[in-house]
Amino acid sequence: MNQTRDLRVGVDVGGTNTDAVLVDSAGAVLASVKVATTPDPIDGIRAALDAVLKGADPTRISKAMLGTTHPANAIIQRIGLDPVGILRLAAPSSLGVRPGAAWPEDIRAVVLRSAAIIEGGHEYTGQPIAPLDEEAARRFAGDVQANGCGAVAVSAAFSPAVTDHELRAGEILAEELGSDFPVSLSHQVGSLSLLERENATILNAALLSVAKGVTDGFQAALAERNLQVDAYITQNDGTLMTAEEAARFPVLTLGSGPTNSMRGACALAQVSDALVVDVGGTSTDVGILVDSFPRESSAAVEVGGVRTNFRMPDLISMGLGGGTVVRGTGPDVNVGPDSVGYAVVTEALCVGGRTLTLSDISLAGGRLDGFGDPSLVADVDSATVAAALDWVDSQLAVMADRMKSARADIPLLAVGGGAHLIPDEIPGVSEIHRPENYQVANAYGAAIAEASGAVDKVYSYDASSREECLDEARELASNVAIRAGADPEQVRITSVTEIPMTYVPGGGCRVMVKAAGPLA
Amino acid sequence: MDQLNLDDIEALALGATLLGTGGGGDPYIAKLMMQQAIEEFGPVPVVEAADLPPDSLILTTAIIGAPTVILEKIPAGTEFVASVRSLAAYLGKEPAAIMSIEVGGLNTLLPIATAAEMGLPIVNSDGMRRAYPQIEMTVFTLAGLPAGPLSIADEKGNQCVFETTTNQIAETLARTAVIQLGLANAISCYPMTAAQVAEHGIQGSMTYCTRLGHLLQDVKAGRDGAWQTFLDESGSVEFFTGKVIDLDRRTTEGFARSTVILEHLDGGNRTMRIEVQNENLIAFEDGEAIITTPNLICMLDSETYDPITTESIAYGNRLIVIGMPCAPEWHVEGMLDLVGPRAFGYDLDFVELPG
Repeated sequence: MNQTRDLRVGVDVGGTNTDAVLVDSAGAVLASVKVATTPDPIDGIRAALDAVLKGADPTRISKAMLGTTHPANAIIQRIGLDPVGILRLAAPSSLGVRPGAAWPEDIRAVVLRSAAIIEGGHEYTGQPIAPLDEEAARRFAGDVQANGCGAVAVSAAFSPAVTDHELRAGEILAEELGSDFPVSLSHQVGSLSLLERENATILNAALLSVAKGVTDGFQAALAERNLQVDAYITQNDGTLMTAEEAARFPVLTLGSGPTNSMRGACALAQVSDALVVDVGGTSTDVGILVDSFPRESSAAVEVGGVRTNFRMPDLISMGLGGGTVVRGTGPDVNVGPDSVGYAVVTEALCVGGRTLTLSDISLAGGRLDGFGDPSLVADVDSATVAAALDWVDSQLAVMADRMKSARADIPLLAVGGGAHLIPDEIPGVSEIHRPENYQVANAYGAAIAEASGAVDKVYSYDASSREECLDEARELASNVAIRAGADPEQVRITSVTEIPMTYVPGGGCRVMVKAAGPLA
Repeated sequence: MDQLNLDDIEALALGATLLGTGGGGDPYIAKLMMQQAIEEFGPVPVVEAADLPPDSLILTTAIIGAPTVILEKIPAGTEFVASVRSLAAYLGKEPAAIMSIEVGGLNTLLPIATAAEMGLPIVNSDGMRRAYPQIEMTVFTLAGLPAGPLSIADEKGNQCVFETTTNQIAETLARTAVIQLGLANAISCYPMTAAQVAEHGIQGSMTYCTRLGHLLQDVKAGRDGAWQTFLDESGSVEFFTGKVIDLDRRTTEGFARSTVILEHLDGGNRTMRIEVQNENLIAFEDGEAIITTPNLICMLDSETYDPITTESIAYGNRLIVIGMPCAPEWHVEGMLDLVGPRAFGYDLDFVELPG
C-alpha cells in the first residue's frame, strides 16, 4: 500500500448547505468548508471539493465519501421517479392486500405502473407456499414492457429467510427483459414484514435513475479533480456502501443525513455513548448514540407517506433553532415555532435586521459570541431574555430526557450552527461536550464512516441452542461486513436483537445482528 | 350505525387498538384488508342479533396464528370465507350473518372484510370486547356455549373441522392444527343461533369500538373537553401519567410476557408496574393491584393520545394509564375462574374500578 495515500474527503449535501472535510488517517480535520447547496446538487459538490482540496495533494487522497439528501428529496417531491412494475411471489397467500395499498395517491400515480401477485414464496418453516409460477413471471415481464415500466420490484413471502424464489424470478426477468433491465429484489433491500419490505423495494426501484445520476455525478466530479479514489456513499445506519452498490440500493441512503451528523459528533468528541443535540437554524434534532451508533427507531418509518421498515435513527425534532422568532416580553414571551431560517444572518437584530430571534436572545444572555453586535441587542430587556432562555432550557431538558435509554446521567454532544443555545447544564446530563469542527459534523461523519453487514433471520432455539444460533448470526454478519470492505482484523458486532415469536413452536426467535469495521 | 363503510375504517381501527389493551395484534393489515374488501364488494350492513330470525345461524371468523408470521404471510381473504363455508357445510345450514369473536386488535376488522366478500351483514356483538390470548376466554364459555364444532382453513384449500368436548380442548386442537398450516390461518368457532348471541353475547361491540375511535380522534384533534368526554362515555378512570423507566421482556410457554414500570411525572416517588401476557393484565401502584383483568388496562401516548401496544413500548415513553371497565356481560358466575387474575397465574383478587 502506498504510504502517502492517507487522506479521505467527506462531503455531505444538506437542504441548505453542502459541507466538505479533508481528514487524515488519524481522523484530524485538515480542512473544512461550507458552501450553499445548488439546484443541481452536483454543482455544490464540485464547489465544496474545490474549496476543501485547495492546496492539498490529490495523490494523497485514497477515499471519498458522500452523504446526500438527493434520493429523499426525489421521493418527498415526487420528482425523477421511474414507473415501477411490482411482482409479488406469495399467492395464494396475501391476495387480501394488493401491492401499493395505503400509498398516497400522488406518489402511487407516478410510481405504481403494473402489479401482479403470483404463486411462490415460503412459509415460516422454509417450505414453499407454492412452487414458483415461472410462466406467470414471464407473462408479467410482458406487462412490464407493454406498460412502459422503468424498473421492477420483486417481493416474496419470507424471502429474508429463503431467497430462492426472488433470485429465480430475477433470472427470468433478466431473460425476458435483458440483463440490463433494473430489477430490485426485496431480500436485498429490507427485513421481515412483507408489505413494508415490498414498499421499500418499490421505492428503491423508482429511485434507480436518480441514484445513478448522483453516483455518476460524484465519480465524475472526483475524476475531474484527478482524484484516483474509491467512492462511497453513506447509508441509513451511518456505514458505507460503494458507489456502485449505492446506485443499486439508493433507498438504503434515505436517512443518512442525521446519522452522519451523529456519527460525526461521536468521533469529533471521542465519546461513544451520549445524547446528540443538533441545533440548526430552524429546528433541533435530538438523538442518542449507543456504542458509537445512533439508536434506531422501533416504529414503522414513513418515507414520503409510504410505510417502510427501514431502520432510521430514533430522533425527536422540534422547532427550536438560531433563527426561531421570539415575540412578546418578560414572562409572557412566546418562542417560535416559526423561524427566519438561513436568513438569520441578515434578519436577526444583532446583525442589523428587524426580527428578534433566539440568536439575539443567546447573544444578550451571554451564550453566543463571535456573531452579531452585542450593542444591537442591549435594548432587549433582561426578563425577556431570561424567560426565553428558560423556555429553551426546559425544551432541551424534556427532549434529552425523552431520548435517554436509562436513568443514569449521560454526556451530551452539542453540534450544529445553533449549538450555542444549549446551556452548560441540563438535568440528567453528566457533561456537555462542544467538539471542535462541530459545524461540519455531517461531512466528518461521512469521512470516518465504516463498512458494515447485517443479518435478520428466524432461528429455532429448540433445533440448536441459543448460543449456537447467535454465534452463527454473528459470523454471518461479520462476513457480510468483510465483503462490504471492512478490515477482517477489526470487524466487530455492533448490535444483537432477539425477538421471540409468540405462539411459534420450537423456540422460534427472530435474530438481528449487525457488524461493522473500518475500511481495510 | 346501519352499515360500515370506508369512512369508518380509521375510527374502527383506532378503537380496536385501544380495546386490544396492549395486545390483540396490530390492526394495520386487517385495516388494509377491510379497505380492499369494501372497495371491491361494497359496505357491510351492521345488524343486531335480536333483529335476526331467532333460529338463524351466526358464524364467526378470526385469524389464528402468530403475529410475527402474519406480518410476512398476509392473508388471502379467501381462508376466512373458507372457514365459514366449511363450518356451514358441516352444520348443513347457511349463515345469516358474520360476527367477530374478539372486538379488540386485528380480529375486530377481519370479519368485516369476510362479511363484505360473502355479501352478509356483520353482527353488532362479540364474545370479549377486548383482546384475550385464548379461544375459550369468552362470555360464551361462561354461558356454557361450546366453541366447537369449529373449522380451520388455510389459503390453499386445506380445511378441517373439529368436534370438541370443552372450549379448552378447542384452543389446544386449533393451535396444533395451525402450527402445521403455516401459523396464519382462519378459524370459525362458536357457531350460534341469533337467539343465543342475543341472550349471551356482548351487545353493541362494533358500535362501541367505532364510537371509542371517534372519541379518541376528537382527543387527538385537540377538541376542548374531548378527553373528559372520552373518559365519561367509556366509564374509564385515569390512574397515572408516567414515564417508562424499566421494561423487561421474556417469552415463556408461548406468551410474550413483560413487565413495564412507570414513574409518575409529578416528580414524587409514585411508580406503577404493569404485568403483561400478550395483553396488559394487572396494574400495581406502589405494590398494590389497582386495575386487574378482566377490566382493561390501556396505555396512551401522553402527547398524541395514540393507544400504545406492548411491543412498541420503549424506555422513556410518556404514557397515560387508564382503567376501562370490561363489558358488563362479563359479570356472571365463573368470570374470575376464566379470566380473573388467578386464571393468568397471579395470586390476587379482582379489583373493581373506583367510582
